[in-house]
Amino acid sequence: MTVLTPLKSALILAAVLFSGTALAERTLLNVSYDPTRELYQAFNQSFIAYWKDKTGETVSIQQSHGGAGKQTRAVIDGLEADVLTLALSYDIDQIAKQARLLPDNWQSRLPNNSLPYTSTIVFLVRKGNPKGIKNWDDLIKEGVSVITPNPKTSGGARYNYLAAWAFAEKQLGSAEAAKAFVKQLYKNVPVLDSGARGSTTTFVQRGLGDVLLTWENEAFLALKEFGEGQFEIIVPPASILAETPVAVVDKIVKKNETQDLAEAYLQYLFSPAGQKLAAKHFYRPYQPEHADPEDLKRFPKLEFFTVDKNFGGWHKAQKDHFDDGGSFDQIYVP
Amino acid sequence: MTQSNIMPGFRPALGFTLFYLALIVLIPLSAMLLKTMQLSLDEYGAILTNKRVLASFYVSFVSALIAAVVACLLGFVIAWTLVRYPFPGKRVFDALIDLPFALPTAVAGIVLATIYQPNGFIGQLLMQTFGVQVAYKPLGIVVALIFIGLPFVVRTIEPVLQEFDSAMEEAAASLGATRLQAFIKVILPNILPATITGFALAFARGVGEYGSVIFIAGNMPYVSEVVPLLIITKLEQYDYAGATAIGLTMLIVSFVLLLIINGLQWWVRRRSGQL
Repeated sequence: MTVLTPLKSALILAAVLFSGTALAERTLLNVSYDPTRELYQAFNQSFIAYWKDKTGETVSIQQSHGGAGKQTRAVIDGLEADVLTLALSYDIDQIAKQARLLPDNWQSRLPNNSLPYTSTIVFLVRKGNPKGIKNWDDLIKEGVSVITPNPKTSGGARYNYLAAWAFAEKQLGSAEAAKAFVKQLYKNVPVLDSGARGSTTTFVQRGLGDVLLTWENEAFLALKEFGEGQFEIIVPPASILAETPVAVVDKIVKKNETQDLAEAYLQYLFSPAGQKLAAKHFYRPYQPEHADPEDLKRFPKLEFFTVDKNFGGWHKAQKDHFDDGGSFDQIYVP
Repeated sequence: MTQSNIMPGFRPALGFTLFYLALIVLIPLSAMLLKTMQLSLDEYGAILTNKRVLASFYVSFVSALIAAVVACLLGFVIAWTLVRYPFPGKRVFDALIDLPFALPTAVAGIVLATIYQPNGFIGQLLMQTFGVQVAYKPLGIVVALIFIGLPFVVRTIEPVLQEFDSAMEEAAASLGATRLQAFIKVILPNILPATITGFALAFARGVGEYGSVIFIAGNMPYVSEVVPLLIITKLEQYDYAGATAIGLTMLIVSFVLLLIINGLQWWVRRRSGQL
């Protein structure tokens, strides 16, 4: 018996209620994280048309968005996701490990390590960049106020943290120095929101802070929403490669008899049409040759740190930095 | 002692009460206990004595305490005004009191944060005149909890004041008591038990409040991080046992505090001869 059994049934009920379309047609539930909302709205339309063309079957696709950690927990607790499109491979690993809904080797089942698109972490600053922020070391200067969510509750925030750490480690040469650097950086953080969208709101609408550390696609979205007159995107010379993987949830698709559909859905992300849409919605496509050249112009070249290369994979990174007693906790010890 | 009742007899009523309590209160709470029991005593101790957890307990309980005290003072004035004085728009005003009950707490938190942030409507004023920042500081938590707790106080004091016979005050005055004496000796003892109830409700609600607080608190470890946020943080790390351990501890502490408050109330009632 677990505490979460009532929650589980509530989630299932909610999923049933929200999938209120005709029962006869097959439905996929795509459980994703916050900033992919706009991408999948467009992608689903495109896929439904493609599937109808190919098989004559009309399908419907439900999207569920929220903080990556929350979404992962919902799936572990019983939200019946056919496919996952989450922020970190660590989250999907947890679903494999804790709920045994898919095999441990899930990441090797789709092209490019199950990564149809990637993103990175950039700086969003106020118009004219009054504090002259160009690189990570500008963030620790006196009087610069930095907005980033809490890495304990937000996937994006973990990338922010690791990017700063990797930069410092490379620049200063040691893990000790990197820790001091990151500690200095978080001294400049006045508010820790629990998720990426919350931080965007704090920065964009509340007017707090000089710089927002955020997903590249989220920064473009903020720019699109609030006009280019107010903010600017600054891409540092080096940042972290944000790898956002996708996976079919074996046990659920077997139960829902949607295996062929779920697989085709994710494969379609890797097709020229899917790649083009990803680039259009500010994600870096894995095969840029299929994207609009106009869209690609927005992605400047930069040096990438990766979680695997710089931190020995997500499990180690999580343990070293974000679990209780890890480096993030240590920098806050008074 | 037999009593005639419109409701069906004692047995089905008690049966229903027990069933309801078991389903909604006892089973979930014992599930929490069971989950916590996955931890050894040492592990449980380590979680609770963790400095950050202790700091969050301090933040949660102290801000709930301050907020409940302030809510009691403000709530008394509001209840007094509503009961004693007729004024235009009184009904509207009366209805507004309950608004924090109905409002989703997240909405309250977002609105409060917007107003009290350093460049917000009230926040700006406070910043310029007193140099005080409210939002994203511990003070912000107190503000949110006052907002959430106030209706509890008003709604518990109001009916007592309404029933209170002003003839007693007049009698006191005719016997030569000053206004202050009449207030302290006559009015206060009568409304004190209700005020303590209101305090307890506001306090209990404040300790567990999450939705409105996280938007205005700033959520800085050791400074403005409340216990419910730490529970969520544990859940994000898939540490279900750790999260329930903190939850269970909160439950125990709150329960003990409520017992103390109930005892206090009983003592006050007894002293003022209402028992």
